[in-house]
Amino acid sequence: MRGAVYARLTTASIGWWLASLLPACLVLLPVLSLVGYALEGSGELWPHLRAYVLPQALSQTLGLLVGVGCLVIVLGTGSAWLVTAYQFPGRRLLSWALLLPLAVPSYIVAYVYLDILHPIGPLQTGLRELLGYSSPREFRLPDIRSLGGCILLLGLVLYPYVYLPARALFLMQAAGVLDAARTLGAGPGRSFFHIALPLVRPAVAVGASLALMEAINDIGAAELLGVRTLTVSVYATWVNRSSLPGAAQIALFMLVLVVSLMVLERWVRRHRQYAASARQSRHLTAHPVRGAGWLLVAAAWLLVGLGFVLPATHLLLSSVERISAMGVDASLLDKTVNTLLFAAIATLIAAVIAFVLAYSLRLARANPAMGLLVRIAGLGYAIPGTVLAIGLLGPLGWFDDWLDNRSQALLGVSAGLALSGTGAALVYAYVARFLAIGAGSLEAGFHKIPLSLDDAARSLGRGELARARLIHWPLSRPALTAAMLLIFVDCMKELPATLLLRPLNVDTLATHLYGEASRGSYESGAIAALLIVLAGVLPIILLSRYGSGAQAQPG
Amino acid sequence: MSLLSSWSPALRGLITLVVLGLSSLCGAVPTAGELNLYTTREPALIDPLLKAFGERTGVKVNTVFLKDGLAERVASEGRRSPADVLMAVDFGNLTDLVDKGVTQSIKSPVLEQTIAAPLRDAGGHWFALSLRARTLYVARELDAKAVTYDELADAKWKGKVCIRSGQHPYNTALIAHMIAKQGEARAEQWLRGLKANLAQKPGGGDRDVARDILGGICDIGLANSYYLGLMRSGAGGPDQQKWGEGIHALLPVFAGGGTHVNVSGAAVAKYAPNKANAIKLLEFLVSDEAQAIYAEANYEYPVNGKARLNPIIAALGALTVDEVPLAEISKHRKAASLLVDKVGFDL
Repeated sequence: MRGAVYARLTTASIGWWLASLLPACLVLLPVLSLVGYALEGSGELWPHLRAYVLPQALSQTLGLLVGVGCLVIVLGTGSAWLVTAYQFPGRRLLSWALLLPLAVPSYIVAYVYLDILHPIGPLQTGLRELLGYSSPREFRLPDIRSLGGCILLLGLVLYPYVYLPARALFLMQAAGVLDAARTLGAGPGRSFFHIALPLVRPAVAVGASLALMEAINDIGAAELLGVRTLTVSVYATWVNRSSLPGAAQIALFMLVLVVSLMVLERWVRRHRQYAASARQSRHLTAHPVRGAGWLLVAAAWLLVGLGFVLPATHLLLSSVERISAMGVDASLLDKTVNTLLFAAIATLIAAVIAFVLAYSLRLARANPAMGLLVRIAGLGYAIPGTVLAIGLLGPLGWFDDWLDNRSQALLGVSAGLALSGTGAALVYAYVARFLAIGAGSLEAGFHKIPLSLDDAARSLGRGELARARLIHWPLSRPALTAAMLLIFVDCMKELPATLLLRPLNVDTLATHLYGEASRGSYESGAIAALLIVLAGVLPIILLSRYGSGAQAQPG
Repeated sequence: MSLLSSWSPALRGLITLVVLGLSSLCGAVPTAGELNLYTTREPALIDPLLKAFGERTGVKVNTVFLKDGLAERVASEGRRSPADVLMAVDFGNLTDLVDKGVTQSIKSPVLEQTIAAPLRDAGGHWFALSLRARTLYVARELDAKAVTYDELADAKWKGKVCIRSGQHPYNTALIAHMIAKQGEARAEQWLRGLKANLAQKPGGGDRDVARDILGGICDIGLANSYYLGLMRSGAGGPDQQKWGEGIHALLPVFAGGGTHVNVSGAAVAKYAPNKANAIKLLEFLVSDEAQAIYAEANYEYPVNGKARLNPIIAALGALTVDEVPLAEISKHRKAASLLVDKVGFDL
């Protein structure tokens, strides 16, 4: 009987297998093209890299990863716990305000804090006046341009990657177990560390790995703050030594590192089962905040202040200064529309593919081959934006060439540059890069749906599509919506791949900001930066409304 | 439909956006009377020039602004590439374009007469359009008159020098120049001396040198000449004006030589569909009118000797460009980049 069920499942799933194979191949293409570039090189650079570059770059990169990792886990999980397990005035507002730093790209936050904390910036100038010093030569605070500064700033804007999934899991899953623990006399500290934390580990792991990918691929903030990571070395090798093969070799080396870390993380939690039963999906009883708990509430608000309010206010003031002097650039509207449009298309496509991937994986019941396909489809996030874009150029050029030749031969019409001459290349890059966010979040989300539901539906004669529509789609909606928010905001902020792949006459807010910043018209750039932040806030508000709606009707 | 309406407003918003905007996705198709420009130059710097060109000739210029990877993108587009003109900053990038085979040689008496031979490719593949000098920013309190690039490694500046990353093309070009003039061993010695004099880890941009001098972090540093114009003119806002006016700037030279300059320049793409317009644009860009825009709006040194300098830049004094040709310096770029790693300059 059991054997028959499995046999039927396997045949029926071939379609799903193929549906997962395609995105995996599409993501693998740029990686393979990088391998091609890397093989063109002789490896003559490696003695130099080993001696002078990699030891330092590795230690800076690892330092950055460990620092940012600890920070985002502590800040993200802690704040998620605070807003789900405790009741205090302003909790609803705080619970979505904590998402706001997502909207601030890391290079903007670095730039703003350099400005504010510089010896001649407002903070130190005010401090000197207060203390009676006349010149920064007499008194100044230590410089923020350091590895520590970089960790701090990245942590401030990246913690929502952990906060978002952790909160979703605290909301959906932890209730039964935690209430039981409390009934049995466990204090808030104990229930958090011994019960809540282990329960949300998959979500925290997914969120933290997303944040770490962002950190490892960051080039803007690192450059501004003087941190020399591996990504910075990739750039130096490519741009200054005109060695694309050398750069591809370092990039692949990085990819191997990242993949090993991911494998290690999965191996560590290989035997754990996290699926809760459906009956437990009710909400945690929130306890009123008392005593020292208020300090935590204040700390959470401080997080919002530092990660969002302060940088946004700084940008707002700079924008006002600029607008009152020169007015607004009319083309900014076009650029805003472009930004939203590309981000929206890529988000939709990535969400659909992510759903197909996660669902196929579920149908295959964690089949290792299928797991590998899903893992491969998520590789794009581990490659720095420019490197991914460079890797895409080869396959795109090849495809366009092939299509144009076919089209000329069959129809006598030129297809031109079907992908690289249109926005399609850009959408491809966004989807390839951010698919991991959707696949990871959905996989974690699917873990919460008990397998017994699938089995029950199957025994009632529901096919795979019907099960997806009736069970997995609605039940994974909170996870999917959260993933879509992250993808959307990430696409909007994406800079290096956008710079390289966009078609003629297409600008986005990020490229506009880059253009202004590289010329140094800070205030003009501030308007674009503010628009990026505002455009990112909008989906966050929508998400929070949606999220609270879901809270009202659990299950 | 019921599925859709049960979705969040966010999703419905997304779908509407996609449907409304799909049409605007289609890329521009070049037609006669157009020109496609791929550039690594900041849009705000070239927009006034393109506008003037459009008014003069009626040719519509489509642009795409890139950062890195110009050559790679054009190469991947192959013979269908719409690119006509490739414009880049830093002569290293220009020689890269030629090395990757994405440019073509053109003949233009106008370009050859206006641009001095060391500032263009001997084979007609690329042409410099403007120059900037690697200048010295100095604290006002300091009475530095003439400092050579070589002297920056002098121990008297210990803990007093600010500079951006040694791996930035502006700096690798300078170091390559040092190698071309004095050989790799002495350039290494110089770079080690310079590193020993740094007040902080290299980082930030050129303008940060001025800001850091004002902030008391350092006394002296290297930055490009046009940033001085951008800051002092107030084009970058009142804060930057304060930075620019808070420092002295002067033109350093190599011991027994001239000042290190870099260029912005352009090439005609190998498969340019609008080649005639491409040449027309290049010729326009070295005309008196366009060169005045380079000088006035960008605070650069024109390649056309007849164009007048912006007063802020003119105040730096007479520029004596060092005699080593750019093509020669370009050969040492890779060595310079490796040297930066070797001495741990950025660490």
